[in-house]
Amino acid sequence: MDRIPILRMGEFLLVSIQVDLHDQLVLQLQDDLTNAVHRHAARGVLIDISAVEVVDSFIGRMISDISSMGRILGARTVLVGMRPAVAITLVELGLSLPGVETALTVERGMLRLRAENS
Amino acid sequence: MDGSQSPLKSPNDIVLARQLVRRAAQQIGLSLVDQTKVVTAASELARNALVHGHGGVMDLEVVENGGRRGLRLTFSDQGPGIPNIDLALTDGWTSGNGLGLGLSGARRLVNEFRIHSQVGRGTQVTVVRWK
Repeated sequence: MDRIPILRMGEFLLVSIQVDLHDQLVLQLQDDLTNAVHRHAARGVLIDISAVEVVDSFIGRMISDISSMGRILGARTVLVGMRPAVAITLVELGLSLPGVETALTVERGMLRLRAENS
Repeated sequence: MDGSQSPLKSPNDIVLARQLVRRAAQQIGLSLVDQTKVVTAASELARNALVHGHGGVMDLEVVENGGRRGLRLTFSDQGPGIPNIDLALTDGWTSGNGLGLGLSGARRLVNEFRIHSQVGRGTQVTVVRWK
């Protein structure tokens, strides 16, 4: 089965989603990422969705859940790179991703994680 | 006008449905934001047909009205049907463990929205997004 790779950078984990997300893949990512946070005692997670063209309510909820699970385990999650069309659609759909931190770019997301943890 | 029908039998069919709708939306010249809206609506409705309707089909048609082009999508299933459609269209109402935004959210992303459901017979949702 397909898996989305999780890269480790020191105490941070980096995920870049480059494929069209099917439900099973998102569920697998939730599992893998939560386990990786625990295994590496990660303090931050960066999820890059700049290549993601569609976020529906299921995918949105999974992103929210990933962020909540990380928080419970002591890691901050920052979602970066959301496309404008995706942001407009999400809000119209009624999903504003409460509790999920966002940044426009990977660099800014990383800065935010580093600032918090220094 | 040209149309196609595709099955909604597995989670992967949701991805395929999104791709078909994206291509058709590009072909009729929808803006990027409108493409994203109609593809997202299709994703919600395809998932509903799969999860709540135990599978179904999506019909995709390019329609025209006074020189204006649009995309008409129909999602049909033979599932248990929806006993109370008004309730099902309420934000936050859910029969499962979702957020309850599928139907109500999809309706906000399109220009026309029609739903027909019979308990024990199935549900049909038709949406149109005009250029």
